[in-house]
Amino acid sequence: MARAVSTQTKVGWTIAAWVIALLIFFPILYTIITSFKSETEAIAGFKLIPSGTLESYAEVQSQSNYFKFFMNSVVISVGSTILALLIAIPAAWSMAFSPTKRTKDILMWMLSTKMMPAVAVLVPMYLIFRDWGLLDSRIGLTVMLMLINLPIVVWMLYTYFREIPGEILEASRMDGATLWGEIVYVLTPMAIPGIASTMLLNIILAWNEAFWTIRLSTTNAAPLTAFIASFSSPQGLFWAKLSAASTLAIAPILIMGWFSQKQLVRGLTFGAVK
Amino acid sequence: MKLTTLILGLCSASALAFSAHAESITIATVNNGDMVRMQKLTEDFTSKNPDIQLEWVTLEENVLRERVTTDIATKGGQYDVMTIGTYEVPIWAKQGWLLPLDNLGADYDAKDIIPAIAGGLSADGKLYAAPFYGESSFVMYRKDLIEKAGLKMPDAPTWDFIADAARKMTDRANDINGICLRGKAGWGENMAFLTAMSNSFGARWFDEKWQPQFDQPEWKKTLQFYVDLMKDAGPAGSSSNGFNENLALFQQGKCGMWIDATVAASFVSNPKDSTVADKVGYALAPDTGLGKRGNWLWAWSLGIPAGTQKAASAEKFVAWATGKGYLDLVASKEGWANVPPGTRTSLYENAEYQKAAPFAKMTLDSINSADPTKPTVKPVPYVGVQFVAIPEFQGLGTTVGQLFSAALAGQSSVDDALAAAQTASVREMTRAGYIK
Repeated sequence: MARAVSTQTKVGWTIAAWVIALLIFFPILYTIITSFKSETEAIAGFKLIPSGTLESYAEVQSQSNYFKFFMNSVVISVGSTILALLIAIPAAWSMAFSPTKRTKDILMWMLSTKMMPAVAVLVPMYLIFRDWGLLDSRIGLTVMLMLINLPIVVWMLYTYFREIPGEILEASRMDGATLWGEIVYVLTPMAIPGIASTMLLNIILAWNEAFWTIRLSTTNAAPLTAFIASFSSPQGLFWAKLSAASTLAIAPILIMGWFSQKQLVRGLTFGAVK
Repeated sequence: MKLTTLILGLCSASALAFSAHAESITIATVNNGDMVRMQKLTEDFTSKNPDIQLEWVTLEENVLRERVTTDIATKGGQYDVMTIGTYEVPIWAKQGWLLPLDNLGADYDAKDIIPAIAGGLSADGKLYAAPFYGESSFVMYRKDLIEKAGLKMPDAPTWDFIADAARKMTDRANDINGICLRGKAGWGENMAFLTAMSNSFGARWFDEKWQPQFDQPEWKKTLQFYVDLMKDAGPAGSSSNGFNENLALFQQGKCGMWIDATVAASFVSNPKDSTVADKVGYALAPDTGLGKRGNWLWAWSLGIPAGTQKAASAEKFVAWATGKGYLDLVASKEGWANVPPGTRTSLYENAEYQKAAPFAKMTLDSINSADPTKPTVKPVPYVGVQFVAIPEFQGLGTTVGQLFSAALAGQSSVDDALAAAQTASVREMTRAGYIK
């Protein structure tokens, strides 16, 4: 029987949820507001109502080719996500349905690679990229981002797959399904919400990754993170221009997140309540 | 019809063949106004050199420094021209990471480069980077406020005069701070200012045997003077202020004086952005009568990494961007006031430039009075006015900058900050092998 909740409690929780949501969203909101200010206005102090000028957008557009950076971001983030899923789905399947006594250790080891500061391996990675001709290439950055996010993808899929009863897969095997058929026709459709949310989260992580994308690219493969970085100036006001560049860079991923929020929330809470 | 098609086809084919042979050079740079202007004017270069294409990588100063250092140290070959400063050039030249600029062309006139700037970009008598724009630091002050305070700014003030004027110009009720100085921690932020200031107080980072000198009375005098002055006449939250924050304060009329880069003069005197454009005066950086002024020397310069495969094209570009012709080009397109300053003696002899830039003489005098080879009153084993040109300085300078910024914010005392700076410096210099 559901517990009765008073209107007062409901209102209280709703307000609290809105306050927390606003706090989380505020930095993005203020970036968008600042992008519609002049440079002098932007540095003058805290002000929520901008003058509404579009001069920063015009300046950003005249200085850089946004579309080139945007296309690189799309190719790198989507490419690395597809590649990661291709590797992670069989890996997570194996760990979820045919675990060995080392499975937990392997999972922990995979996760531990995320604990190392990226800068610690900058020079070795740079040398590998140089020797393999991958510097400033989309392929190089796609592989790099796939490797960075693979542990998270495997972990998330493993968690989702564990919620699926193994008996269903056994039944499909008894009906003559091959291993490939079991993964593609039985497991994957059942885990679609989990796979979709993993995919979306991975695209967001790859889209926002700045350390490697800035350091391993120059002109041909530079994504939107490099586009943003180019508007910071040591001598001269730049906050409004930087905000305009940031707004242009986050707009596509914000729109994608907005349209897929239902899928994203469903996937992230998949199996949370039994 | 057929003939036209044939001619058009041949034209397209030759254009394709030509573009296939065009060499592309990659230039790493920062997003400063002068650099952005150069990117917009590159058509002049490509029309004169149709066989060379230019690719630009613009990055934030510290990211750029880290990116180009990684690339040059690993011989990554990602860049053909790099924007570097007077700090990097002597160190990188010594490591063999930069090509000497021997072939800039007969009409380049390298002797026209301001001697102090050329000295900062040379090693063993060879120029390793060509200056794109150079700067020193000086006093920018509000003529109306100093008059109101009953004072007259000398061309070459002392620190005592500056402190007195700052306190008299301060008007907290009207949000006017007597002086705005850098407080944000960083080797190129507060430590650029404080190191230059300390030179005029007779202090130095190291003695001839590389022993750190923060335990000496000259440093105590410098830091105490700075903290007291900022407490009495500086803006609130000054420990977070760097160049851009102080620029905004000055442009909004909230600073009586600002001691910072000479390049700021074109910003504060521009009526489009500055509310005090017609009220700004300029003076040399202050001294204490010991023979050194508190001004620095810096030049954003173009260098060619030793690992490039396109040295000839890169050198052509460097010669174009830093040559006399480029100054004329900018003047013709955007006016003399927008010409990159501080690199060529001939610019300061140009009557049109002198007319457009009232701060020109003071800028040149400031640059000429800074000597990177003899930056301090007492002898030192290093080169550099507002920095010490050793690889360890970036890290150490920032550590000391954080300690001094904390003293400015009131989180520690001047004595504690100096003691901690001394300990950190001794440890780092011993670890690096300078102190045996």
